[in-house]
Amino acid sequence: MLRFILGRLANGLLVMAVVSLLSFALFNFTGDPVNNLTGDSATLAEKQQLRAALGLDQPLPVQYLKFVGRALQGEFGVSYRNLEPVSQLILSRLPATLELSAVAALLALGLGIPMGVYAGIRPRALGARGLQTVSLIGVSVPSFVTGIGLILLFSVGLNWLPSYGRGEVVQLGAWSTGLLGASGWKAIVMPAITLALFQLTLFMRLTRTQMMEVMKSEYIKFARARGLRERAVHFRHALRNTLIPIITVAGLQLGSMVAFSIITESVFQWPGLGLLIIQAITFSDVPVIAAYLLLVAALFVLINAVVDLLYVVVDPRLRVAR
Amino acid sequence: MQTLVLRLARWRQSDLAWSLVRSPEAVASALLLIVYAVLALGAPWLAPQNPFDLATVELMDARLPPAWLEAGQLKYLLGTDGQGRDLVSVMLHGLRMSLLVGLASTLLAMLIGVTLGLVAGYVGGWVDNLIMRAADVQLSFPAILVALLVDGLSRTVLPRELQQQLSLPIVVLAIALATWVQYARTVRGVTLVEKNRDYVNAARLIGMGRARILARHVLPNVLSPVLVIATLSIGLAVLTEATLSFLGLGVPATSPSLGTLIRLGNEVLFSGEWWITVMPGLMLIGLVLAINLFGDWLRDALNPRLK
Repeated sequence: MLRFILGRLANGLLVMAVVSLLSFALFNFTGDPVNNLTGDSATLAEKQQLRAALGLDQPLPVQYLKFVGRALQGEFGVSYRNLEPVSQLILSRLPATLELSAVAALLALGLGIPMGVYAGIRPRALGARGLQTVSLIGVSVPSFVTGIGLILLFSVGLNWLPSYGRGEVVQLGAWSTGLLGASGWKAIVMPAITLALFQLTLFMRLTRTQMMEVMKSEYIKFARARGLRERAVHFRHALRNTLIPIITVAGLQLGSMVAFSIITESVFQWPGLGLLIIQAITFSDVPVIAAYLLLVAALFVLINAVVDLLYVVVDPRLRVAR
Repeated sequence: MQTLVLRLARWRQSDLAWSLVRSPEAVASALLLIVYAVLALGAPWLAPQNPFDLATVELMDARLPPAWLEAGQLKYLLGTDGQGRDLVSVMLHGLRMSLLVGLASTLLAMLIGVTLGLVAGYVGGWVDNLIMRAADVQLSFPAILVALLVDGLSRTVLPRELQQQLSLPIVVLAIALATWVQYARTVRGVTLVEKNRDYVNAARLIGMGRARILARHVLPNVLSPVLVIATLSIGLAVLTEATLSFLGLGVPATSPSLGTLIRLGNEVLFSGEWWITVMPGLMLIGLVLAINLFGDWLRDALNPRLK
C-alpha cells in the first residue's frame, strides 16, 4: 500500500519536474527578456545591470531552482499582453472556469450514470437501444459544433439565451460568481450542456457496459433470491460494484473538462482560463502560457492522486493487498 | 488479375466479410466512407469551382444561400461563403485537408507508438522503463490538450514565417505526439508475450538481428490490435484537427480544413448566414460518425473473445 502511494507520488513529482523544465525553457529560449524590457536606447552597461538584477547572469540550474521557488509562491511574472501580474490574471479567471466545469460535471454524472444504469439493466429494451444510438452520435459530434448548434437554435433562432459571456457576476471576496442571479444561470446553460455532452455519453456507455457485466454475477442472483427490492439490487449491489472503473474515468474526465473548457469557452466567449490561454497563445504571451502549463499539470497530478486514493475507499480489498 | 479474383473469392468466404454483411451499420458506414474518400481524392476535379483561384471567385456572389432557398442560385448548390466562394467546392477541399491531416497524423502516431512499443517490450530493462514512464506522463493529460499545447508552443517558439510554412507538418506532429501512447502500450503487451515464443527463439538461434526479428516476426503478430486502434483514432485525429483549426491554430488559413470553415462560418453566425457553418459541420459529423461506426464494428469483429 505504502509502496503504491509512494510510487504514485514519485510519478506525480516526475510530471511536475518535466513540465516545470518545459515552462522554464519556454521563458529562457523565447527571446531575451532583457531586450523585451529595455528599449533600443539602453546601453550595454545598463543591460548588464538589469541582467544581474533579474538573476539572468547566474548558471542555468540556479536560475531553474529560483524559477521553481517563485512558482511555488505563485509568482509567474507579468503578462506581456496586458501587463497585469499573471497570478492575478489567473485568479480572476479561475472562478468562471471552475463554475462552468462543476455545473457540467454535475450534469454529466447526474444524468449519465442513471441513464447508464437504465440501459445496462435491460440492454435490449427499446429505450436502452435508443440511448445507445444517441450516445454514439454524442461521441462523434465535436463539442464546438454542438455549441454552435445550440447558439443557432436558442440565441439566433429563438432568442432565449445569451450566446456569450457569464451574465451578471457578483463578487464574493476574491471569487466572482454568476450563479446567484437569473442572468448568470441563463448564460451558463448552453456552455454547460456543450461541455457536459461528451462526458455524459462517456459515463453512460461506461456505466452500461459495467452494469451489464455485474448483473450476470452470482451475488446479484443471490440478492434477488433474498427477496430484496429491485431498486436495492440495482443501486446498492450492482451499481456499487461498477463504481471503480467509473470513478477512474470520472476523475480523469474532470481533468479533461478543464482542458475541453478551452473549446467551450472559445465558442461562448466565456471569460475563463481557457479563453485566457487561447489568447495567450495567439499573442505569444509567454508568462501566461508557462503559468497555465504548470497549473494544469499540477491539477492533473492532483486529480490522479485523488482518484488513486478513492479506489481504496471504494474497494476494501485494496486496503490489505499490494 | 487471376490472383486478385482468387483473393476476392477467399475474402468473401472469410469471417470478416460474413460479419460485415450481417451488420447494417457497418455496411452503411463503409459505403459512406467510400463516398467521402472519393470526394476527398477527387476534390480538385469534382469541385465545380477552384476556390483558391481568385479569378473564378466573384465577390458579388458572397453569402448567397443554398439553391433551394429564395435568392439561391443553382450554380451554388449549398450557397457561398463570405468571400463569394462556392461552398460545395470549399467543403470538398476542406474534407480533403481534414482527411489528409487525420490519416497522416494517425500513421505517424502508429509509427512512433508501434516502434517504441516493440522496442520497450523486446529490449526491456531501463529502455522499457523510460518509454513506459514517458507514456504514463503523457497519458495523464488529455490528447486534445497535448496537441493544443504542442501546436501553441510552436507558435511561441518558432519565428512566425517558419511557423506558417511548417504549420501543416506541425499539426500532424502535434496530433501524433498526443496519440502514440495507446499503440505503444498495446504493442508492448503483445510483444512481451510473443518474444518468448518458440518461433522467436528459433529466429534468434539462427543468428537473426534484433531489428529483423522485430520487423519480420513480431510485428505481423501485433498488427491486428494496431489496426483497430488506428481505425478508431482516425476519428479522434480528424476531430482534434478540426478543433485546433476551429480555435485558429491547426492548418493554415490558406488551405482550410472543415474545422477552419466552421470557424469562418461561426464568425458570421449572427448575420443569419447559417449555412456557411452548418454545412461543413454536418459533413464533419458524418465523417467522424462513419469512422467511429466502422471502427466499432471492426473492433468487435476482430475480437476473438466476442465470437
